[in-house]
Amino acid sequence: MFSRMILKTLIKQKSKMLMIAFTIILGVSLSTAMLNVMLGVGDKVNRELKIYGANINVKHKDAAIISELYGLGVNDKFLYEDDILKLKTIFWGFNILDFAPILEGRVILSIPGTNNTGSEVFINGTWITKHAVLSTGEDLNTGLKNLRTWWDIQGEWLDGNDENDKNFVMAGKSLAEKFNIHVGDAIRLSKNGVIKNFVIKGIFNDGGNADEIILTDLTVAQELLNLSGKISSIEISALTTPDNDLARKAAQNPSSLSPDEYETWYCTAYVSAICHQIQEVIRDGVARAVRQVAESEGTILNKTTLLMILITILSSIGSALAISNLITASVIERSQELGLLKALGAFNYQIIFLVLSEIILTGLFGGVIGYFLGIGFAQIIGQTIFSAYIEISHIVILITGAILFLVIITGSIPAIRYLMALKPTEVLHGK
Amino acid sequence: MPILELKNVSKIYGSLKALNDINLSVNAGDWLSIMGPSGSGKTTMINIIGCMDTPSTGNVILDGVDISKESQSNLTRIRRDKIGLIFQQFHLINYLTAVENVMLAQYYHSMPDEQEALEALEKVGLKERAYHLPSQLSGGEQQRVCIARALINSPQILLGDEPTGNLDEENEKVVVDIFRRLHSEGVTIIIVTHDPEVGDVAQRKIILEHGRVIQDIDQRATFGEALKLKGA
Ligand SMILES: Nc1ncnc2c1ncn2[C@@H]1O[C@H](COP(=O)(O)OP(=O)(O)OP(=O)(O)O)[C@@H](O)[C@H]1O
Ligand SMILES: [Mg+2]
Repeated sequence: MFSRMILKTLIKQKSKMLMIAFTIILGVSLSTAMLNVMLGVGDKVNRELKIYGANINVKHKDAAIISELYGLGVNDKFLYEDDILKLKTIFWGFNILDFAPILEGRVILSIPGTNNTGSEVFINGTWITKHAVLSTGEDLNTGLKNLRTWWDIQGEWLDGNDENDKNFVMAGKSLAEKFNIHVGDAIRLSKNGVIKNFVIKGIFNDGGNADEIILTDLTVAQELLNLSGKISSIEISALTTPDNDLARKAAQNPSSLSPDEYETWYCTAYVSAICHQIQEVIRDGVARAVRQVAESEGTILNKTTLLMILITILSSIGSALAISNLITASVIERSQELGLLKALGAFNYQIIFLVLSEIILTGLFGGVIGYFLGIGFAQIIGQTIFSAYIEISHIVILITGAILFLVIITGSIPAIRYLMALKPTEVLHGK
Repeated sequence: MPILELKNVSKIYGSLKALNDINLSVNAGDWLSIMGPSGSGKTTMINIIGCMDTPSTGNVILDGVDISKESQSNLTRIRRDKIGLIFQQFHLINYLTAVENVMLAQYYHSMPDEQEALEALEKVGLKERAYHLPSQLSGGEQQRVCIARALINSPQILLGDEPTGNLDEENEKVVVDIFRRLHSEGVTIIIVTHDPEVGDVAQRKIILEHGRVIQDIDQRATFGEALKLKGA
């Protein structure tokens, strides 16, 4: 009887109920899309922003200060190449996306067949591309190429996994212009009696002072400089959680934290926590966040999240208002009928229950459709804005469900108040 | 023993006394007509007796209980259990069939029981039309459905505000005849009417004016004479 009544009212009021359902579809799809994007986008945005460079730099603890004071310098304190892969074993190893060691040095450049017989230049030896299999069995592909995605390359990148490429080097654009060298040219590099011949494979344009260097494979630089197994620094690109007060306190001095705070901090992907863990595995290393990049990532992430939350809240309020109007109109339209039910002995709660059932049914109908539409929207947003598949979080069902419930209940409040105040005498004796 | 007693009942709207110090006592099984010009307070009185409104002052004792100070939900409960209501406008729900409309009253009283609802429709001569929608029924038939609905929970008092106001003479007679039968079964009937003939069939008639009872007429002598159905 009850369900029949609900069904028949729904059918009778189908245009109004469709409007309510439509409003709910809109609201729910928007919330679903925003929440999914919000929850799924943290990593995506970070990956996008990663192109601006490594956010952590590891140097020798004694070299760090000197190097920072004098800019691109060369020093005699080194880290160990053996330690590099340990980066993937730290607690937040999974958040370390890419890294590359760099060995800095000075060598003598001469160009056969020209009158240039010797100029001192900087070289950087690095992993251009590096394939390794970790002790966990995980395949690792990383290297400087992943950290310098913005480089403009003339010619080609070196291939770090190709033995043949040990005879090639890359040159920075400014250096190439200064010495008038081009892709395919032969050059000679020497240091303390070690002499090697190379061909220029590529010329890169960084836009910064890295343009004034020769870039070689790490082993090549190590041989030239006679520093086998040594590196000057490591550049690391990591996914991080925006800093909060705890992270800032820890960054000052981790030992000032209480054991609980330490635990929380250590197990959160704060830049400072990751740096701390890096120092635990890199001997003599001091890890520094390249502040600007690390913080702008966090800020953009926070702002994106805020925007999504704002859209969700506004759309919910909008839906609640729209629904509230529709429900109130529908109840007023049926006031005779509802007044009659009161006269027949229906209690207020029974009538409210009846009206709410109709709306909740309509809401469920709209909610399910809206949810799937929203998942679609999330993917469209993911593809067009972040060029990535957005992982669907099941928690969104719960959150949207809760929002929907709240919206329906709030939207029903005016109608419920009207119903409570409705006197059968006012509607039944209508002349 | 009176089933209904109004003691010094007034209903005041601002400066208007819709009911002005009414004293009335109705015995169980009585059939009472309320008449009077428009605006004299008839509907107001029916609303108060029917637990849909409360008096401004005075006491209303229904079946031994003073209902003048009861809460809304208690009034709903008392109305549900003791009062059957019929309206001039019928107020059937137009997307439910006749029998469903009757069952609706059962639903809010206790439990819908289709068999019982059909029997109630049979009593008002509508068994064949039980599965029709109100729009497929004549005015008289709709009012009979309304009566079946009012009676389904065996109320002690049947209240009607102009129940024949929208009916033609023939249907009026049919409805009055049903009242007659209910009266013989012991139901207390209180009917507001403008129609003198309908007023005359009752055992007793009161006339309101400006919220006061100006006449209280005993009609037992002529009771049952008016509005006989043909062949009855
Ligand atoms: N809710 C209200 N607010 C203010 N005045 C009211 C209200 N209800 C009724 N009245 C007034 O009380 C008086 C009695 O009204 P009531 O409806 O009882 O008259 P009635 O005898 O039923 O008239 P009719 O024969 O036209 O139905 C009228 O003057 C009416 O305007
Ligand atoms: Mg009236």
